[in-house]
Amino acid sequence: MSLVVKDLVVDHGAIRAISAVSFTVETGKLSAVIGANGAGKSTLLRTLSGLNKATEGSAHWGEHNLLNGKPESHVRQGVSHVSEGKSVVAELTVAENLDLGALWRRNRREATESKEQVIQLFPRLGERLSQRADTLSGGERQMLAIGRALMSKPQLLLLDEPSLGLAPLVIEQIFQTIRSIVDSMNLTVVLVEQNAMGALKIADTAVVLNLGRVAATGSAAELIADPAVRAAYLGY
Amino acid sequence: MIQFINMLLIGIGAGSIYALMAIAMVLVWRSTRVINFAQAGMALLSTYIGFELIQKTGNFWIALPLAMLLGALLSALVEILLIRTLIKHSSSGPVAGIVPIIATLGLLGFIRATIGFIWGNQDVQIQPPLSKIGFKFGTETIALSPMNLFVLLAVLTLVVVLGFIFQRTNLGLSLRASAYAPEIAQLAGVRVGAIRTIGWAIAGGAGAAAGLLQTVNGTGALSPDSLEFSLLLTFGFIAAVIGGLESLPGAVLGALVLGLVLAAVQIYISGTLVFIVAFALLLLVLLIRPQGFIGMKAGRRA
Amino acid sequence: MLKKRPLVTFILLGLVLFLASNRVDELRVFQGAAIAIYVIAISSIILLTGYSGQVSLGQGALLAIGGYAAALSRNHFGAPVWLTFCIAILVAAFGGFLLGLAAARLSGPYLAGTTLALAIGLPSIANQFSILGGEQGLLYDIGAPPESLGADFTQYKWFFWIASLAALMSIYWLRNVMNSRYGRSWKAVRSNDVAAELAGINSGRNKVLAFTISAGIAGLAGALLAMTISTVSPGAFPLALSFSLATGAVLSGVTTLGGVMIGAVTLVAIPEIVGSAVSRFEFSEMVANNLPGLVVSALLILTVLFVPNGPVEQMRARHEKRAER
Repeated sequence: MSLVVKDLVVDHGAIRAISAVSFTVETGKLSAVIGANGAGKSTLLRTLSGLNKATEGSAHWGEHNLLNGKPESHVRQGVSHVSEGKSVVAELTVAENLDLGALWRRNRREATESKEQVIQLFPRLGERLSQRADTLSGGERQMLAIGRALMSKPQLLLLDEPSLGLAPLVIEQIFQTIRSIVDSMNLTVVLVEQNAMGALKIADTAVVLNLGRVAATGSAAELIADPAVRAAYLGY
Repeated sequence: MIQFINMLLIGIGAGSIYALMAIAMVLVWRSTRVINFAQAGMALLSTYIGFELIQKTGNFWIALPLAMLLGALLSALVEILLIRTLIKHSSSGPVAGIVPIIATLGLLGFIRATIGFIWGNQDVQIQPPLSKIGFKFGTETIALSPMNLFVLLAVLTLVVVLGFIFQRTNLGLSLRASAYAPEIAQLAGVRVGAIRTIGWAIAGGAGAAAGLLQTVNGTGALSPDSLEFSLLLTFGFIAAVIGGLESLPGAVLGALVLGLVLAAVQIYISGTLVFIVAFALLLLVLLIRPQGFIGMKAGRRA
Repeated sequence: MLKKRPLVTFILLGLVLFLASNRVDELRVFQGAAIAIYVIAISSIILLTGYSGQVSLGQGALLAIGGYAAALSRNHFGAPVWLTFCIAILVAAFGGFLLGLAAARLSGPYLAGTTLALAIGLPSIANQFSILGGEQGLLYDIGAPPESLGADFTQYKWFFWIASLAALMSIYWLRNVMNSRYGRSWKAVRSNDVAAELAGINSGRNKVLAFTISAGIAGLAGALLAMTISTVSPGAFPLALSFSLATGAVLSGVTTLGGVMIGAVTLVAIPEIVGSAVSRFEFSEMVANNLPGLVVSALLILTVLFVPNGPVEQMRARHEKRAER
């Protein structure tokens, strides 16, 4: 199964947020999507997960058309989106937030197994299971958000700026964890980031968005070495 | 002393019914961000249906749960027909905030007219199934009758059951998540639309119970322009506001507080001031602590 | 023409109404007065909701305040009729001022719920105090038309004239207010009160001002309403009145004064149409009593769902879209 996006066009009212964006992510690969603020990165993820409506173009996860249907149905096809801004429900406890991700799953035993896996991955969550989500630190909330997404047994994981607002050390941890779950769970991941360097370092491929258009694609290594990219996004 | 006890009993009795109404309003508010002014109308309609059921079966104990069930179905129907249309056609611009309010008001008028259509504008009477004569302690009769006692127990049971559903079941988790953070719930795979309908259904059932219980607990008279129902709506709203509109336990507490305060006013001061005090309390809460005394969120309310 | 020479237009309108009133029968004249009163009342809502963006479901209560103020001042102080109207406006405006102080801190459903509570509760307050005449209410008699108008000049025609004159003057004045800098700052506050504050507009004060003016106008409508039935009582200002007015405002198009006639005429026309349908088809009393309410509510729901800005705005918007192409 791969993610194939072709000529995607998304409008926000009168503004064209995304124009003719095309890219592909192969199974089990991590693709970073980088670009400045307002480049359309968040809109891209929201369209892939079904929160926004596309105007034209196509996006498929395997056989499944991502542009058709509500987010709830995409989740059942293995698509999990961690939206921007610490996508946790503040009023629920850590445990409830995790359970939320697995509510739709029929097999309760597997759901419990997933929960144990997530707690192994993020032991800090395991210590705070009965605490309300809004008592967690920024980094813990991000872990909870990713954990919630993992509870849906995803095959395609869409992450929107997980590093936002976090301390450098925590960012390092999170990125390492993301890389490790890609490898261990054979997930396909689209990682939207403003922290271009951190994202490119753990990515396999990358897409550079500028004002809603694809400015560059290629392997992460290529893009790190690309002088234009370095000047614009990597600061050297 | 007896007066004080009577005041407590009346206050808790009235407050428990407001609690049902307040719960219904908070449920709908949290799941849809709409204050459903038609809720009292729907409760009224459910009560009339209860009246019909009592006529047909002669048995209040069958009629009550059936009326609640039908009230739930009715409410779900309204959500599907009206609210989903509202959301689909939701405009932006100056009228956006008013549209849902006016729509539910229109629904209220429509329901009232329909009731008059079918049952006429005169009073109909519902016979209470239990005695309304107060229990006796020695020579004193307190303001608690078997009917009152049943109402209290019924409300208590409903509140406990609802609380259990919300806090301890998967359905409750879906309901809460959909209300607090609908987008995240969607991304977690919760069918938010269906959950919202269920939320409305529960609210409808609670409203039906409130309407029917209030009627048999009071004069037993029912009419489309019934002032009691308008007051039920108003006091339910005020109770919900006191509790903060965001939490169900808050709504229950707010209702009890309101019930006790109003009972105190009625017994110790004067019955005519009841509404004024309730209104003043509403203004007080909205101006001093708009997030309610039990709720926790602050910030822009819109 | 309305935009270029408003004063002339209004005077012409007045003349047309004067001529028309001589040609129609009593019932129509009475309905004309009702329409004029609705025009005033609905425009008060348009000001408050359409321009200032605040929802008040209790306009009926403000009408009641105006009506009672007029009646009391006439009965207890023997004030001349025009003075009673002024008193009605001032007292209601004061009520609106108080309400506005509270309302400035509320928004959306909280404001709606509070004003609804007021609309529900106010009639019962009137019942409690004997000075307000209780259930029966008070008498409000403005007297017969002056002899100079001739012996044929009926009471209802007199009502119609007074109401129409008041309506014309109010709408003219309101138009000026809405086009003034107050009107513009209300619009700004309505769209985004945070941005308006940053631009230096005191949104709280603006909201209170809108409430005050709107209430004053509503009070005038209330006094006129009392005039036409010669009484004020709780029954004259039921909850249904607040609902009807809200309906009329939505039908007119809440954001603009232009469509106010549509709402007013509809509110008067529907009971009429329904009434004749009922007598033609000989429906039962239950149907007869409730069909108007049914139709009005259904109309409200449909309008607010599909034409929320009102038919006038809808047509204007469509016109603009076509012009763009």
